[in-house]
Amino acid sequence: MAVVHNLAAARGVPPAPVATLRGVTRVYDGERRVEALGPIDLDLAEGEFFAVVGPSGCGKSTLLDVLSGLSRPTSGSITFEGRPVEGEVPDGVGVVFQEDASFAWLTVRDNVAFGLRRAGVDAAEIARRVDYAVGFMGLADFAAAYPAQLSGGMRQRVCIARTLVMRPRLILLDEPFGALDQQTRLLMGDELLRLWRETGATVLLITHALDEAAMLSDRVGVMSARPGRFIDLVETGWPRDRDSRIVSESRFGALTGRLWSNLREESLRAMGSKGAAA
Amino acid sequence: MTRNRAIVLARIGVVAGAVVLVEVLCRLGVINPLTLVAPSRMVFDLAGILASGDINRDIAYTATTIATALVLSVVLGIVLGVAVHALPRVRRALDPLLASYYSVPSFIFYPLFVAIFGLNTFPLIVLGMAFAVPAMMMSTMAGLDRIPRVLLKTARVHRLNRWETATRIVLPSATPYLFTGLKLAIAYAFIGVIAGEFIMASAGLGHSIAFAYEGFDNHTMYALMLFVLVVVTVMNMSLHAWEGRLMRRRIRA
Ligand SMILES: Nc1ncnc2c1ncn2[C@@H]1O[C@H](COP(=O)(O)OP(=O)(O)OP(=O)(O)O)[C@@H](O)[C@H]1O
Ligand SMILES: [Mg+2]
Repeated sequence: MAVVHNLAAARGVPPAPVATLRGVTRVYDGERRVEALGPIDLDLAEGEFFAVVGPSGCGKSTLLDVLSGLSRPTSGSITFEGRPVEGEVPDGVGVVFQEDASFAWLTVRDNVAFGLRRAGVDAAEIARRVDYAVGFMGLADFAAAYPAQLSGGMRQRVCIARTLVMRPRLILLDEPFGALDQQTRLLMGDELLRLWRETGATVLLITHALDEAAMLSDRVGVMSARPGRFIDLVETGWPRDRDSRIVSESRFGALTGRLWSNLREESLRAMGSKGAAA
Repeated sequence: MTRNRAIVLARIGVVAGAVVLVEVLCRLGVINPLTLVAPSRMVFDLAGILASGDINRDIAYTATTIATALVLSVVLGIVLGVAVHALPRVRRALDPLLASYYSVPSFIFYPLFVAIFGLNTFPLIVLGMAFAVPAMMMSTMAGLDRIPRVLLKTARVHRLNRWETATRIVLPSATPYLFTGLKLAIAYAFIGVIAGEFIMASAGLGHSIAFAYEGFDNHTMYALMLFVLVVVTVMNMSLHAWEGRLMRRRIRA
């Protein structure tokens, strides 16, 4: 994949935000009214790796839904590349969902090629990109298999590959490594970092693993219990070419410690209000 | 693989054993030939009837009626299923009616259909459809209900339009349920049409069976019954094989 230089950053000018959220809230109006999110104010800088951590049910997936344009915020406004996001997913945004979204009726290869075929990319280019992504995700031996023959973690990787081949400029990932063991999780994190560096994409990663957030991101947003707001934004200060080996640095422990001290109380609150959130 | 083969062999063995048993009982005179003719005799009689061509018109008549009822049922069932699925209020009103639908013996309306449409194929098609449409409709709705929401979200992330979403996500995702509906619709179309012909008709296989029955023509009656049985079994088995081929890869081994 081509190396995309961040021109604004190279000139020393602070890069323009790729996505902005202003006063964004989301209320679910069902039989019971659920205030799920916000208000949220956030700027995602171009090429930034942003991680979101927060207690279960605090509105992380809801944040992803409104930011991607899959659902409209109840109030507030969202932009992507300067244009408002209103109930439609803009071109250039890729999403990996928390749930398994692989297509059971297609092989791994056809799953990964799905978006490219749709976009009318020529066959040779599709084959090249799909082969690369399938290999990249460690699925080369399973290219002809169907999702039913894969483990949960492998299916999630199919979905990641299907998103990455589209080369989105903003990648939203909702606990993509949730079904993986810790070792694979660290290695996949490294792969994600490599990809992020190579493509210059902006990444928003939702995770419940504090160490993952601390290791992968430039900035971590810590969310409160529902309705989720950012109660802390932590700059990690890692260099751009980092990898999982930074877990042995002393600052890494300090970072996860800070995230946890922020989250502990919120998690307790979320547990206490479990009945209401369920 | 070998285990599957053993199961298939056992199944064939059970059927073959039953046939042989009946054959022996008939030959020994334990079963009165006026009650039941020997299976070998049924095959022989059927071969004779088919060779004579006497029954060809009735076969064509019944096949056309069933095919028409089936095609209309599948189309109408899917259309209604999609429409009702899209209208939650109509759905709520209709659900209890659909749930109890098959407890109503639709055959009692057949004379009414004949009175309205006359004694021709039309009331038979309507009767077949009365059986098959709700099954197809309910299967369609079940299939649509069970499409994971995340797949519909994925469709939107890929910016598919409505048609692409329907053909590339909804349809393949609902296929197992549509298959169930199709299998039921085939069975119901057969039952509705042949039974309708049996009750009241001027032509068709069901009519011929009833005619033979009333004329004490056991040989024709059993030969035709065997014919219907074989056709239904072969159709079901081919459909089953087709479904198996389509679905095998979607089910966890
Ligand atoms: N479609 C919906 N209708 C009504 N309430 C909803 C809906 N989706 C989510 N909620 C509620 O909104 C709140 C936030 O849900 P959300 O899925 O965004 O949380 P989350 O932070 O992603 O949780 P988790 O960490 O468990 O994935 C929860 O209380 C949930 O019950
Ligand atoms: Mg979530």
